[in-house]
Amino acid sequence: MRPEILSFPEFSKRLAGRHLAALMGLPGRSGSVLMMAVTTPGAPEPDQEASACPPGGLQLPATVVEGSYPSLTPKHPQAHWFEREFFEQWGVRPEGHPWLKPVRFPQGHPGLTDFFQVGGEEIHEVAVGPVHAGVIEPGHFRFQCRGEEVLHLEISLGYQHRGVEQALSAASPGRAMAYVETLAGDTTVGHALAWCRNLEALAGVRLPARAEALRAVALELERLANHCGDLGALAGDVGYLPTASFCGRLRGDLLNLTALACGNRFGRGWVRPGGVAWDLEAVRAEQMRTRLGRIMRDVRQALDLLGRSGSVQARFERTGIVTRQVASDLGLVGPAARASGLALDCRRQFPWGPYLQPAFPVCTAQVGDVASRAQVRQEEIEVSARFLDRLLAGLPEGPVRTEMKALPPKAFSVSLLEGWRGQICQVLATDTEGNPLACKVVDPSFHNWFGLAVALRGQQISDFPLCNKSFNLSYCGHDL
Amino acid sequence: MLKALLARLNQGHRTAVGIPEALPDRTLGRPRFQPARCAEGCSECARVCPTGAIEPGRTLDLGRCLFCGECARACPHGAIRFTRSPGMAVRRRSDLVLAGPELQLAEALDEQALRLFGRSLRLRQVSAGGCNACEADINVLGTLTFDLARFGIDFVASPRHADGLLVTGPVSQNMREALVKTWQAVPAPRLVVAVGACAIAGGPYFDHQQTCGGIDGLLPVDLYVPGCPPNPWTILDGLLRLLGARSGTSTEHR
Repeated sequence: MRPEILSFPEFSKRLAGRHLAALMGLPGRSGSVLMMAVTTPGAPEPDQEASACPPGGLQLPATVVEGSYPSLTPKHPQAHWFEREFFEQWGVRPEGHPWLKPVRFPQGHPGLTDFFQVGGEEIHEVAVGPVHAGVIEPGHFRFQCRGEEVLHLEISLGYQHRGVEQALSAASPGRAMAYVETLAGDTTVGHALAWCRNLEALAGVRLPARAEALRAVALELERLANHCGDLGALAGDVGYLPTASFCGRLRGDLLNLTALACGNRFGRGWVRPGGVAWDLEAVRAEQMRTRLGRIMRDVRQALDLLGRSGSVQARFERTGIVTRQVASDLGLVGPAARASGLALDCRRQFPWGPYLQPAFPVCTAQVGDVASRAQVRQEEIEVSARFLDRLLAGLPEGPVRTEMKALPPKAFSVSLLEGWRGQICQVLATDTEGNPLACKVVDPSFHNWFGLAVALRGQQISDFPLCNKSFNLSYCGHDL
Repeated sequence: MLKALLARLNQGHRTAVGIPEALPDRTLGRPRFQPARCAEGCSECARVCPTGAIEPGRTLDLGRCLFCGECARACPHGAIRFTRSPGMAVRRRSDLVLAGPELQLAEALDEQALRLFGRSLRLRQVSAGGCNACEADINVLGTLTFDLARFGIDFVASPRHADGLLVTGPVSQNMREALVKTWQAVPAPRLVVAVGACAIAGGPYFDHQQTCGGIDGLLPVDLYVPGCPPNPWTILDGLLRLLGARSGTSTEHR
């Protein structure tokens, strides 16, 4: 598949009704920039969800820009963060962008910037971060409040910026793996997989069935561990300690299942170009399945307690609402989007290997509050656990890795897959020699940070930790 | 209420008694480096190392090591082998530069510092440019499997309440000032613990202009915990050694 180069108005039109998975630049002729969008179908209407998410439908509209262009954001709000990034990386100005400022502050001093301010005598401002109270990544949050009520929250990131996206295309194959496995540490498998699938697609390498099955095992274990840990943390944020404590331990037990397979709790070193580096022999697969069964019994019990506690549900319900319309306008992804009723899941839309048959179930909720986000996570735990159990019981025979080939020159590939936080998009283009020329990485957090900011509007500021945890976004995955 | 009590009974007692001798069978623990086995002119290990941690025939810098294991797989002479031992934290940066199989594990703080911190150590964690995996496995120390608080160690929200910092990440330029200011806000005497390859030497980002390549040169470090990320047992082992709650300073490998 190749980018389709269009006039600017035509390009803008082609974004309507679509989900913007990425907006990126490629060096064009004589100082111009090729602006390319990766778009996927928008969410199906709520009454069509029985047949939701038909597979495929990727489009790559592109246009040439230079100096400045009319901002896409007024018509396509989901482009707003991407346009700020594009301006920061390519210096091409989106005229009429409502809030044009850096997203990562590569020139330094991320705190020194104008924040959106609400005027009035009764308004006060609360500044939090970059160093937060817990063992958490750095970021700055600026709240505009009237009493306890949050009128506006601006999230300013970039503190974790380490230049990894830029370094990726020039890296040796070994170092590139180290980079992609640390784009977001809790999504090691997701990002490593997106990277390897691009390399394999470019090289035209077909994977053995067993390799794809083991990759799905790795991806779903990552989802289980994170969903389980986050539900425990949500319980902790409203002071419900039994589930907080049980799920904290269970998350570790799930990470240890990944370590059983590859030695590393985060799955580092498991996914490699051409397949996986570690097989799961019969004994080990059976051991994993038994341990998973035991863990899931305890997980169900811990989550059952959470669901039955009236005081917990009272805190979760109607807190941090993102409506379906807002979620769709902002282009949210993953459990956060599905909790607002958008039936989008790359395991259904862009299936591979064991996700191909039967069509993967998409878990949705309707309200878009903390309770909905918790509900979607809980249902996805069930779906993933059942899927894993089936996979482990019937792993296909055969090799787990195949020989990689050289990358072809002037080729182009897009990888879309469903990490535990949502849609991971990576784009890889090669130069005339077949070396990586440009890489684009879009962590799901990049789409969702603004969703968190919007969820806070009209909330009590004391509900920030709860709302934040219900999204649990990655700072490093955003900052790159 | 009854359900919660039943669940509590069913979940059982999960706190580990001691630090295990060996990590799971595929996990890479402390490496055993034997440059004496290297063949003249062979540099297979250095060729595959993503962070340039190895000088063939001479040294292996455990501070830069990402524990990917590529070197051990590439070495035709068995000069690098990863054991399953979790313990590998040290007090001095130079102790991480291995020139042979010996690794000088961290000694306890001096007597005066132990009087201050030995029974109660409060740390402020600062995350500075990493990937959040180190943070994840530090958080795990608070779960009931590890129950860090039973050793008198806790993480606190304010640097003013802290006895020291536990730093992760290569220190992005964008976090440099915040890190130094947080350290200044900790009342002296104060400790600094560097956790993970990034904090020690920049990890995969060691030569990026967007990072400082680790905290050396920015803050005085009292304990280095290698790994990418270090296993939670490795971090716990290091902290306990620092507090004199675990001894045996040199290693004899199995």
